[in-house]
Amino acid sequence: MTQELNLTLQVWRQDGSSDPGHFETYAANGISEDMSFLEMLDIINEQLIEDEQVPIEFDHDCREGICGTCSLMINGQAHGHEKATTTCQLHMRKFKDGDTIVVEPFRARAFPVVRDLVVDRSSFDRIIEAGGYISINTGAASDANLTPVPKEAADTSFDAAACIGCGACVAACPNSAAQLFTSAKLAHLNLIPQGQSQRFERTETMVDTMETFFGSCTNHGECHEACPKEISLDFIAFMNRDYVKAKVKNRKLAGQT
Amino acid sequence: MTVLDSKIPSGPVAEKWENHKFSTKLVNPNNKRRFEIIVVGTGLAGASAAASLSELGYKVKAFTFHDSPRRAHSIAAQGGINGAKNYTNDGDSVHRLFYDTVKGGDYRSREANVHRLAEVSVNIIDQAAAQGVPFAREYGGLLDNRSFGGAQVSRTFYARGQTGQQLLLGAYQALAKQVAAGGVELHTRTELLDVVLKDGRACGIVTRDLVNGEVASHSGHAVVLATGGYGNVYYLSTNAMACNVTAAWRAHRKGAFFANPCYTQIHPTCIPASDEFQSKLTLMSESLRNDGRIWVPDAFDDTRSPSEIPDNERDYYLERKYPAFGNLVPRDVASRNAKTVVDQGKGVGTLKNGVYLDFGAAIERDGEEAVRSKYGNLFDMYENITGENPYQTPMRIYPAIHYTMGGVWVDYNLMTTIPGCYSIGEANFSDHGANRLGASALMQGLADGYFVLPYTIGDDLAGRLGEPTVSTDDPVFAEAEAAAHDQINRFMSIGGTRSVDWFHRELGKIVWDYIGMERTKEGLEKALSEIPALEEEFWKDLRLPGSAATLNSGLEKAGRVADFFELAKLMARDALDREESCGGHFRAEHQTEEGEAQRDDENFAHVAAWEWNGTDSVQTRHQEELTFENVALTQRSYK
Repeated sequence: MTQELNLTLQVWRQDGSSDPGHFETYAANGISEDMSFLEMLDIINEQLIEDEQVPIEFDHDCREGICGTCSLMINGQAHGHEKATTTCQLHMRKFKDGDTIVVEPFRARAFPVVRDLVVDRSSFDRIIEAGGYISINTGAASDANLTPVPKEAADTSFDAAACIGCGACVAACPNSAAQLFTSAKLAHLNLIPQGQSQRFERTETMVDTMETFFGSCTNHGECHEACPKEISLDFIAFMNRDYVKAKVKNRKLAGQT
Repeated sequence: MTVLDSKIPSGPVAEKWENHKFSTKLVNPNNKRRFEIIVVGTGLAGASAAASLSELGYKVKAFTFHDSPRRAHSIAAQGGINGAKNYTNDGDSVHRLFYDTVKGGDYRSREANVHRLAEVSVNIIDQAAAQGVPFAREYGGLLDNRSFGGAQVSRTFYARGQTGQQLLLGAYQALAKQVAAGGVELHTRTELLDVVLKDGRACGIVTRDLVNGEVASHSGHAVVLATGGYGNVYYLSTNAMACNVTAAWRAHRKGAFFANPCYTQIHPTCIPASDEFQSKLTLMSESLRNDGRIWVPDAFDDTRSPSEIPDNERDYYLERKYPAFGNLVPRDVASRNAKTVVDQGKGVGTLKNGVYLDFGAAIERDGEEAVRSKYGNLFDMYENITGENPYQTPMRIYPAIHYTMGGVWVDYNLMTTIPGCYSIGEANFSDHGANRLGASALMQGLADGYFVLPYTIGDDLAGRLGEPTVSTDDPVFAEAEAAAHDQINRFMSIGGTRSVDWFHRELGKIVWDYIGMERTKEGLEKALSEIPALEEEFWKDLRLPGSAATLNSGLEKAGRVADFFELAKLMARDALDREESCGGHFRAEHQTEEGEAQRDDENFAHVAAWEWNGTDSVQTRHQEELTFENVALTQRSYK
């Protein structure tokens, strides 16, 4: 039978980006263990509306762990304590009756708070715009099977491309660094033949753009631990290698590699 | 007698698109920059259209209510994308994909559109592969294909179970490239509130900045709506929480005909709701039906756990009723039968709202390891959501809405009945008829965005060279902004007692019960009396705390739910008038002796397109007759 939980929530409330913000305490009683964490917040919001209070704003959309919209630091951990799980896929049966749960936004200078638990992660888009693509205009592609991609490369490229851009890596990092996010996109594109012609230019511009928003990596590895898609730290090493290559080589003379 | 001109080109179906491209007027490359195009929505269709139009030289403004284009719900598509490449040498061709799609749509789509879709399907695969979409590959490095959704050929390209994600990232990255190049002005967290017309032609949109509440106007030479489907009218669906009909609906209110709203598609294998506060339903891959056996207890209100129910007290109803196809009957048949047994009171689970999908026999036959290797990730997902281990106890499943075939009516150029306003992707009605085939949603979104709209939009623009955009200072914009402010103020000042979600949930129940899997005249008439009553309540008793000048998701939802109310009424009317069963529209009064959908080709081989007549009047039904010159109309049977 379904268990019910009685919980205490400490939720970060912030009335816009210029408000200093504070914690509010809410009782969450009679929570079904089958609910997701976000459905639990839905219930709190229903109660707040009933009490004529302003509901808590939080980011969410697909609620099946793929869109990367949901976020939240839950008891100090990005997307909560459950490994390889986004907040929307975290279920209340992972908590115990009587627990106090602290809910905060993802915190990083590059992710300013918009309101309550909602943050602005558009700096990730700026990194992608700096080179996270292959320049092929619509219609210019040749037959797809003209360029074989070794299965191993395709599989590893996919592993990197599985990143959902949620920002948990940044939120978990003591330096608020975005190496895991940036390296995942670089590995996705740099590992396959289609990505070669812009490989080093892309690496340089994306890393340099990343540095303008985010802190530096000091190899804590917290990003990987927090990542709901378990993106590998190896991609950071791969990125660093390509970045050095990009910097030392005179691209005009060095040709392809 | 019809006011609808579909502009289908003449000639044999296989030459129509080629001929049309040749006869379409062109905009000189240097003149394209003199045209401004507004694209609303940045999912597969919108992002691919915005990127492609910008590459051609048009000035593009793209709008999304998400914080980034990468969040659009296209990202959640699992299965794959069809492409008539015939890489597997199993006899596929453009004509076969065309044929399968018309037949799969239960003969309610336009032959010319579907043929064009099949033609450009091969270009989409090329384009996506060149963008770096990591499709599954064979050991030789070439693309892998699989058969999907009962197709007789292997034409589906896929990227593990995340094809939608990878294709959307490809389109998003193409869009990011154009944003960086200065060709696209991207507006995130911005929602469309109205489409603005001047002298009968679309000249721009009014939006609300979701962060600071600012209402603003944007003008353009053309407006493209790529805003997805309306499955969330059911409240519980596999759609993302924010999916809505608002852009399409507000265009409808301004004169865009809305076509076939009763065509909605149900997916038979979703995880049933666990409680009243369930916010959405999660889809489980249909492949599970290859090895799972579907059953319910024989007895009503049987409270025993499934392991305590002996085999002779179980009803394997699909195997019993359809011995040839068994558990593999098509989506709609599987769904309707699940509803029948649950309605009889034989449902399982705490809320009695599911049926068992049992892998016991497969595990006994092949061993747990074999089952794990095929379905391991799905079983993990199920256990994560329900807390039940499907290796030990049967899964519980139930059908849910996951796609809508109806949408804004468009002609062959993808233009709506508002000149200068286009609709692409799931938002339009064009290619799937009454039922969409698996792995065809991604194909249609990208076909429209990459390869159809960028050509067809020039036909209308070419003659408008030198025409300036309408200034946002023009009174038409001021009026639309004022109307938008009025609606916002009205929502904020109701001061009732119930939340938006409450009304949405209640509306969803009515729509699901009466305009869901099985429709009857009686039920639809009931819906037409219950929906307006609830709608009236909504406008009197809504409570919306907070401010309109900040992020306020309640306010966003209120606008969307208000539109869902109006849409739901039209769905009921459309379903009532369509006195036949076809594809996703099943009228209980119209079925064969075997319980299958019975079409009425003589009277209903047409598109129903509805014209808005004002808030207080019922829409007018127009018909676009469908002609089938290449595909013979037949009746389905799965016995």
